[in-house]
Amino acid sequence: MNNIAALFKARKGIGFVVHPSVFSGARTGIKVKSERTEALGLCVSGCRSLSSLAELPEMHQMMRQTCRDYADRELGPIAGKLDKEHLFPGQQVRELGAMGVMAVEVPEELGGAGMDYLAYSLAVEEISRGCGSTGCVVSVNNSLYIGPILKFGTQKQKEQWITPFTTGEKVGCFALSEPGNGSDAGAASTLARQEGEEWVLNGTKAWITNSWDASATVIFATTDKSLKHKGISAFLVPMPHPGLSLGKKEDKLGIRATSTANLILEDCRIPLGNMLGPRGSGFKIAMQTLDSGRIGIASQALGIAQAALDCAADYAHKRTAFGNPIGKLQAIQFKLADMAVAVESARLLTWKAAMLKDAKKPFTKEAAMAKLAASEAATFCGHQSIQVLGGMGYVTDMPAERHYRDARITEIYEGTSEIQRLVIAGQLLKEYAP
Amino acid sequence: MSRVLVGVKRVIDYAVKIRVKPDHSGVVTDGVKHSMNPFCEIAVEEAVKLKEKKLIKEVVAVSCGPTQVTETIRTALAMGCDRGIHVEVSGKDYEAMGPLQISKIFAALAKKEEASLIILGKQAIDDDCNQTGQMTAALLDWPQGTFASEVTIDGEKVKVVREIDGGLETIKISMPAVLTADLRLNTPRYATLPNIMKAKKKKIANMKPADLGVDMVSRVEVLRVDEPPTRLAGVKVETVDDLVAKLRANGTI
Repeated sequence: MNNIAALFKARKGIGFVVHPSVFSGARTGIKVKSERTEALGLCVSGCRSLSSLAELPEMHQMMRQTCRDYADRELGPIAGKLDKEHLFPGQQVRELGAMGVMAVEVPEELGGAGMDYLAYSLAVEEISRGCGSTGCVVSVNNSLYIGPILKFGTQKQKEQWITPFTTGEKVGCFALSEPGNGSDAGAASTLARQEGEEWVLNGTKAWITNSWDASATVIFATTDKSLKHKGISAFLVPMPHPGLSLGKKEDKLGIRATSTANLILEDCRIPLGNMLGPRGSGFKIAMQTLDSGRIGIASQALGIAQAALDCAADYAHKRTAFGNPIGKLQAIQFKLADMAVAVESARLLTWKAAMLKDAKKPFTKEAAMAKLAASEAATFCGHQSIQVLGGMGYVTDMPAERHYRDARITEIYEGTSEIQRLVIAGQLLKEYAP
Repeated sequence: MSRVLVGVKRVIDYAVKIRVKPDHSGVVTDGVKHSMNPFCEIAVEEAVKLKEKKLIKEVVAVSCGPTQVTETIRTALAMGCDRGIHVEVSGKDYEAMGPLQISKIFAALAKKEEASLIILGKQAIDDDCNQTGQMTAALLDWPQGTFASEVTIDGEKVKVVREIDGGLETIKISMPAVLTADLRLNTPRYATLPNIMKAKKKKIANMKPADLGVDMVSRVEVLRVDEPPTRLAGVKVETVDDLVAKLRANGTI
């Protein structure tokens, strides 16, 4: 079989079909028999998804519109205040919970909305467009707290630890990083030893988002130091709890409406039944959770980037200089074009990663690409938005400076951009392995 | 227990800046964002609330227009309506469609569906007619509770608090009746994600005005649409006498 011919045949079939096709699931049916199947595999099998990226299914459009309306009417007006006064949006989180946004992927029997990851990504993007901090709370609760329990928990654990966290009354958090290790997650120095019918946890976790507002946490501790990263296990700890205390709230550059602090464990005792997943599978759980969490953060970054672009484009119409709205100046037009391309390309990467996840296909590389692209788009758009606004961009009267500050964290948490590049390269090289 | 018809109209979104077509035949609607008329949202919310209180059994969302109005019906379904009816009207008929035709359609539907209540928005934000509710009641010879800011069902009667120029007026009318929703009647809910999912499965029946025996011929012809004149700068005067003199000279008084 002439492999080159097969590749060219396949290439003709892979096109960006721009017609309003509903998510019908009809594959273009290209069979590529070549060693390069794996490399093209994801591309070819993603074909079905590519055409539906041109127009989302009706239900997703409705859901996106609902979240957008909520963000415009309820979050937009208060986002500045939440940021200035470091206020947790408790009321809004409850309202979002009632809408099902705090547990998008959770099945209805457990109290969630029972929708797919693409819907979740759209929801987080629209909420983040209204308020970056609220988008962060939604993302952490959905992906980092509920995510691992949904995937690795027993039915009883799901009922106990997920259902109360679907309504917005309670939120959860995810405790992996420590003062001594962030990217180096395998070096967890928090220890868990068994004493009778209890686990006893000791150690400190750092940079924990939602910590001061959370009612439970998924926490990672070493159960067998000799096994290195295969000796880490995941635990569920209610908050507050004897033996668990919180450090001071960090004074952050951005997403100031969320609380970030250390979690200090001093002989914190929990029942044996609070272990999540099998013993020693903590690292695997963390990595898989972060894989999906990346799509959530990419969506948050997209929302912030879009908000920055909206601000700049609106200003370009209204502000006049040299006798005309500044939107007529090429310098401004080029900036806006670059911002729009950055956002749209990151958005398509994010949607693709979400669709691959929904199709139960491997999505690690795409999720890392989405997070990398979206977070860099967010910081780029935040920066350029201030530039378009000039002096107005530097003051708190306009939201541009808040977007600039909110965007920065997206390049750091849930896997720094450097780690994302390592993940992408790793996956890529695997595809080309001889 | 009863069935309620709720009218929902697809209008240009309230936040959009309206532009008049270059030929002055109407406003630009192509590619412009549309959404449910805000007063219709309030009507849907009231109907769904009544259903939640178990005072009525079924809420049917009705819209008249081309295929696009099914989006509006779906939004109503996502807010809690049980099923929808899409009365298909397109082209010239749709452009000429006004309160008279709509009220004839609603009157026919009310008889067909054996509805005991029709709840409409008090007016649409595109034409500001404020006629459909009143005409529908007249065609059916039903009592009407318009500009409702509070609705209470009491057995076979409805107590309606109406916002009128002089203040608030409370009336009691028998069912079947037509109500029109005013701004302060309620705060419409955001559709929840599970309800959006459920809305996909709810039925939207399709029919034409002819099926209901309604003729869509309009007695009104739009001659011309213009933008409001641009506001001119004002003139400052020093004293009240100057003001009166200027107004006299102007012909205003």
